[in-house]
Amino acid sequence: MTYMPKIDMPKINRRSFVVGAATAGAGLALGFALPLGSDSGRAADAVPEIDAWVVVRPNDTVVIRIARAEMGQGTMTGLAQLVAEELGCDWSKVTTEFPTPGQNLARNRVWGDFITVGSRGVRLSNEYVRKGGAAARMMLTQAAADAWKVPASECSAANSIITHQPSGRTVSFGKVAEAAAKLEPPKDVPLKDPKDWTIAGKPLKRLDTADKIVGKPLYGIDVRRPGMLYAAINACPVFGGKLKSFDEAKVRGMPGVKHVLQVGDNAVAVVADSWWRAKKALETLPVVWNEGDNAKVSSASIAQFLAEGLTAEQTFVGNQAGDAKAALGGAAKLVEAVYSFPYQTHATMEPMNATALYTSERCEIWAPSQNAEGALQAVAAASGLPIGSCDVHNTFLGGGFGRRGEMDYVRQAVAIAKAVPGTPIKLLWTREEDTTHDAYHPITQCRMQGAFDANNTLIAFHMRISGQSIAAAELPQLLQNGKDPLVFQGINPGGAEGVFGYNIPNLLIDHAMRNPPVPPGFWRGVNANHNALYIESFMDELAHTTGEDPLAFRLKYLKPKQAAVLKAAADKAGWGSPAPQGHYRGLAAFMAFGSYVAACAEVSVDGDRVRVHRMVGATNPGHAANPEQIARQVEGSFVYGLSALLYGECTLNKGRIEQTNFDTYQVIRIDEMPQVETIVMPDGEFWGGVGEPTIAAAAPAVLNAVFAATGKRIRNMPIKNYDWHSA
Amino acid sequence: MIALSINGKSYDVDVEDDTPLLWVLRDTIGLTGTKYGCGIAQCGACTVHIDGVATRSCQVPISTIGTQKITTIEALAQNGKLHPVQQAWLDLDVPQCGYCQSGMMMAVVALLKEKPKPTDADIDAAITNICRCGTYQRVRAAIHAAANNA
Ligand code: FES
Ligand code: FES
Repeated sequence: MTYMPKIDMPKINRRSFVVGAATAGAGLALGFALPLGSDSGRAADAVPEIDAWVVVRPNDTVVIRIARAEMGQGTMTGLAQLVAEELGCDWSKVTTEFPTPGQNLARNRVWGDFITVGSRGVRLSNEYVRKGGAAARMMLTQAAADAWKVPASECSAANSIITHQPSGRTVSFGKVAEAAAKLEPPKDVPLKDPKDWTIAGKPLKRLDTADKIVGKPLYGIDVRRPGMLYAAINACPVFGGKLKSFDEAKVRGMPGVKHVLQVGDNAVAVVADSWWRAKKALETLPVVWNEGDNAKVSSASIAQFLAEGLTAEQTFVGNQAGDAKAALGGAAKLVEAVYSFPYQTHATMEPMNATALYTSERCEIWAPSQNAEGALQAVAAASGLPIGSCDVHNTFLGGGFGRRGEMDYVRQAVAIAKAVPGTPIKLLWTREEDTTHDAYHPITQCRMQGAFDANNTLIAFHMRISGQSIAAAELPQLLQNGKDPLVFQGINPGGAEGVFGYNIPNLLIDHAMRNPPVPPGFWRGVNANHNALYIESFMDELAHTTGEDPLAFRLKYLKPKQAAVLKAAADKAGWGSPAPQGHYRGLAAFMAFGSYVAACAEVSVDGDRVRVHRMVGATNPGHAANPEQIARQVEGSFVYGLSALLYGECTLNKGRIEQTNFDTYQVIRIDEMPQVETIVMPDGEFWGGVGEPTIAAAAPAVLNAVFAATGKRIRNMPIKNYDWHSA
Repeated sequence: MIALSINGKSYDVDVEDDTPLLWVLRDTIGLTGTKYGCGIAQCGACTVHIDGVATRSCQVPISTIGTQKITTIEALAQNGKLHPVQQAWLDLDVPQCGYCQSGMMMAVVALLKEKPKPTDADIDAAITNICRCGTYQRVRAAIHAAANNA
């Protein structure tokens, strides 16, 4: 099951695209007729493109178009490798360019969709970008063959050189690019066998590092436009609350202040000639909110609301086999445990921001977005202009993690810019605004039940999740008769996204939807995070119930691909052999975002201090565009997951998020960084995601190691709340 | 007007006394390599050198700087040659999103000046910058690499 973010682009030419937008379970159904583009687009310097993906300049420099966002995950480099592989170009000559969604729309969405979520930047576009590279190579080769008056079949291309095999004649790509650009794109575009790859699949260096170490202005927050003013904003601290009034007179005379504006129905902004001045004036501005009913909401009231769902009669069933309820009732041994997982904020290092310029004819924004096409729609809607009169310039993102698929900051920036026509406005949220106005990791509780027969064989399993649905809040078109299929990430009966890993004859996995008035959103790993934590913690509990080794216990029930990654992680970590003095190990395996992942954690516990010393991660993503990049994503996902496990929690009081900044929302720093070892083991059978899946394995592996160390089973996250003196 | 020396150049800026150095650098002068992450000295994204000392610029009122010399990420490379710390960052491909890395490198440069061969414990104590992408393992490796190349 994959999810489609908010997008329903108007005016799409359906001849070239069958867009699966807004259809649940369709995956990314871009069943299109090879979008190579025929209306000769031009690179920024007016060199004609070979096709939509490739421009070759006379000096042989190659420009590869990247239609996904780069937020650190390395997709830009990975996609360029796939295109370059098929193109047969010299990798040292590769540069990249981001087309805008406005250009995409004007060209019948020749670059597909721009959405960069769900770990699918590479896996769901690999085929058409590779075809883009291959078609360009065929056209370049044809152009050379035409010039030589020989059959193209006698020519080959590698390293940006085309060679006529019989005569040994050669010509570089740059020399034939102009002619190639005039050719019709080929209809039949075969792709290389990944076994023959020399650029893709290799641990090449990133294309963006050199720019990122010298302080270049790369990010949304760095955008500067002539005559630009700066905006600071406060939205009502209570979700759903409204702006009632503000006393503009109190800040009018403050230095640099130009405008004080209501934004939407729930926010107020100050526009000034520097951001600091705008922020200071906003802090001084008296504001009255109409907080509404949600001001009564607290963490305790939400917990109670969810707890009711653990025993509710009415649920949505996500996965079912045999008769779990009957088997649980008649079992020789029944094990039960209740877990919970809190709200968490994304805390991208770069706070939300966007720069907008509005005139009565046109509206443009410069924004770090994971969904540039969605941002284009948001700009059109917020500006009231036709979509063809709008555009979005996507910058590098200072972290995304799912947060930057939201459009709140885009709408706000446009609304402010619309009030000041002709003046570019840079809206920047404070860290406090960012922490208290997120779309949070959804909150859930879970009751697990497992049953053994008299031979200690696991015969029944019931997982009851109670909690929040992201789709209900953000993508209601995904709901199926009220059921949110996304909540079953990693625990589905089948499909390519995430299949429940264990063979258990009597199985029931169901969801009691409980939606508190706090906006949920996609948070790196999404529902896989808590689903994996619940299942893999509980599997450990079950193993200990029968006194079995947690690895041996799992392997009795695990499906082969899940078992393979788990064994690989356990072996490398030295499972079965003694850990260093005072260190203990724990395991977890899961499938999510189309990949099979496992982790083995090694921890020590000293008083109430959990130290994670070492994490071995194994992933089978099917194919690996760049294994070194995958290792980076595994390291990063473990850090993200461990921060959440140890510290991550947003609580509510009087309808407000209580955490405001990194002092109250702690994350791990270098002193808590474990040694991470990554095993990349693609089996070549599918294309899975990389950025998110491993995060799901991190937390349960650590919790299981903590149990091994202390005999204490932590079931409520984060660990910082655990009462170590409890029994 | 407040006179400042930044990256070897003199600037006169017309801002309130309490304006943090971070915002003078970013908005008034246009040196956007120094980043805003928290504004409360927690994350280190805004780290610059003031007379060679790594300092979180979000906490430095502009009126307190006087004649001290400010160095930012933009001036770390000299005469077109990367600083050894930048070179190590490039060699090991440390950055992911890269947003925290200006501050990270500025903190590391200062650490290496004080302790040319830092131990892991030295690094844990001195480098308290936040990286949400989780590049810490490569940051540590690059610090050791830079120390060994210097
Ligand atoms: S912005 Fe200064 S420490 Fe975070
Ligand atoms: S590289 Fe993204 S926050 Fe550090």
